[in-house]
Amino acid sequence: MSEAFSSTLTANSLIAAFVFVGLVLALSNWISNKFTNGRIHGSAIAISLGLVFAYVAGVFTGGTRGLADIALLSGVGLLGGAMFRDFAIVATAYGADLNTLKRAGWVGASSVIIGVVLSFIVGAVIAVAFGYTDPIAVTTIGAGASTYIVGPVTGTALGAGSDVIALSVAAGLTKSILVMIGTPLVARRIGLNNPSSALVYGGLMGTTSGVAAGLAATDPKLVPYGAMTATFYTGVGCLLAPSVLYLLIEAIL
Amino acid sequence: MVIYGVTLLAACYLVGVFAGELLGRLLGIDANVGGVGIAMLLLIILSNLRDERFHLKPMTETGVTFWSAMYIPIVIAMAAKQNVTGALSGGWMAILAGTLAVTASFAMIPVLARFTEVRDE
Repeated sequence: MSEAFSSTLTANSLIAAFVFVGLVLALSNWISNKFTNGRIHGSAIAISLGLVFAYVAGVFTGGTRGLADIALLSGVGLLGGAMFRDFAIVATAYGADLNTLKRAGWVGASSVIIGVVLSFIVGAVIAVAFGYTDPIAVTTIGAGASTYIVGPVTGTALGAGSDVIALSVAAGLTKSILVMIGTPLVARRIGLNNPSSALVYGGLMGTTSGVAAGLAATDPKLVPYGAMTATFYTGVGCLLAPSVLYLLIEAIL
Repeated sequence: MVIYGVTLLAACYLVGVFAGELLGRLLGIDANVGGVGIAMLLLIILSNLRDERFHLKPMTETGVTFWSAMYIPIVIAMAAKQNVTGALSGGWMAILAGTLAVTASFAMIPVLARFTEVRDE
């Protein structure tokens, strides 16, 4: 009986994931209405719950893919993977306002470069403060503070050690998770309530998963604008970090 | 037909991601440069061309809007598959670097957003 149950779920993992996510969202909306009077969005609660599940699953399985490492819930990995995520992000662009993009496009574009450099400098300063003096290590950790993809790409290009690369991934993961949780909390204070500021937000934050979840929990109408600029961030980071920014660090240290 | 909408969306996605891949190779880096953003631009431009040449029937539109509505559930699944233990196992330096990078970036938003407001007036 239980064997039949688990083989049904594993053989139909994506369908099982639909049920799972629907239940998590239903629970979160209930919590939102019952305990916060709807002040905290159900989606914000669901995203936080997802992260908690991912943490617990990581502790128990020792894996790196959160709930997706549990066989019964492997469909969560497919549903939450880059393919479906990016497909749904593109779909949110349908009906977005072209004029906003034209008007705020340049500020959005420059925010990508400013965002990469800003996060990089913060990461590099922390690395130096923790006693790193090797320009390659400092650059890799700074790159990791941009996103967890820029870090390893830069580290590999420069020939950094695997321990430093692992640190850069951890810095990038911390950033992305914090953007997911923190965005709805600070949205009002930083004026994140219109398409133009969402463009700037996406460009400055840059982590596609962080921005995707952060805006979903704040105001889904802003998703296309933030996601648009965020998707350029990793590319720009991979371009700047191992080249210009590395030379800069080398010159300073 | 619903599938026409899904096809349109999927075609925009593939064209954009392919362009981002080419752009990455052109720049000599091992990353997709803005592929998803290019796909979004394509879809935005198409959906803003509301005239006789390009007009989706309501049924076709649901092929796109369904996936747009699936966005939040997909993001929740994405959160549930994050490497949270990996983030916390990097030690204080990694956590501090990530946290301060986010704080600095948040603080920068009102500063840059002001430039878009100036142009609004």
